[in-house]
Amino acid sequence: MEHNVYLYIAVVALVTYLIRVLPLTLIRREIKNPFLRSFLYYVPYVTLAAMTFPAILHATDSLWSGLAALVAGVLVAWFSGNLFLVAASGCVVVFLVELLL
Amino acid sequence: MNTKQFSRGLRVGVPISLGYLAVSFTLGITAKNAGLSAFQATLTSLLVNASAGQYAAFTMMAAQGGYWEIAILEAVTNARYILMSCALSQKLPAASKLWHRLVIGFNVNDEIFGMAIAEQGKLNPFYYFGMMTVAMPGWALGTFLGTSVGNVLPANVVSALSVGLYGMFLAVIIPASRKSKVILGVVVVSMAASFALECIPLFASLASGTRIILLTVVIAAGAALLFPVKEEEKEGEGHGA
Repeated sequence: MEHNVYLYIAVVALVTYLIRVLPLTLIRREIKNPFLRSFLYYVPYVTLAAMTFPAILHATDSLWSGLAALVAGVLVAWFSGNLFLVAASGCVVVFLVELLL
Repeated sequence: MNTKQFSRGLRVGVPISLGYLAVSFTLGITAKNAGLSAFQATLTSLLVNASAGQYAAFTMMAAQGGYWEIAILEAVTNARYILMSCALSQKLPAASKLWHRLVIGFNVNDEIFGMAIAEQGKLNPFYYFGMMTVAMPGWALGTFLGTSVGNVLPANVVSALSVGLYGMFLAVIIPASRKSKVILGVVVVSMAASFALECIPLFASLASGTRIILLTVVIAAGAALLFPVKEEEKEGEGHGA
């Protein structure tokens, strides 16, 4: 059976919104538990690190350009921390490495 | 005060928006390959604002999966937002209004979350609204351009643009790693474990979203047990602006 694209979009949007808005509205009391607080503090670092590596190696046409982008991104982020600069340096490095390969 | 915070959010949102433009451009190409029109893909980006979740959704739409299947897939790939929303809920002043929370809930994602959580002290909702106001159009416009002109670009340009997303992730985790040895350790362990899970056959068969949830729960819990965060460390990061 052919599925309706707009119904798909509605399902995706609804599920995503509920996931974000329920914790924001239902857990309003300050969490006092030190373990939970620490856990929530570490969550974004684990998630973002795990999503970056090794996925960045498969994102480009070649493993080497992905690796070069990772190294460049880490170096630029370490010394500058500017969001746009880090993203742009990765893109430029991939472009240059793939020209050379 | 609120106007000032809003305009600060607008400024911080500019690099996020430019990054989104590049990333959602590649997302638009994925959507087009999945058979969506430029309008449908842009609508999805406006309503969902989730990179990994949208990639997964477009792939499932192309495969003509069932509505329940796509709902479950979406819940899994976006489960990390549950944790981010919990953290944001704590970061907002306890007295913040319901509509503030309902609006913020529309756009909880990695980059804006990263900037919001790096705030000193409590989070002003208007700073968040400012970031959303600039970031969301970038995300939608990039998707639109990707579906409408994506195929015109040479393959090497598309390949280069596709690492933009990871650059944004690095811009959140690396400066924090420089400031804290514990975070540096957490980042290194997470990357190593993520790599290991991809190589171990038992885990490699899991969807990447499921692996991320598994890693997040285990490593963040381990770090919380070994290195509980004291209040002053938690507020230790400066403004991103």
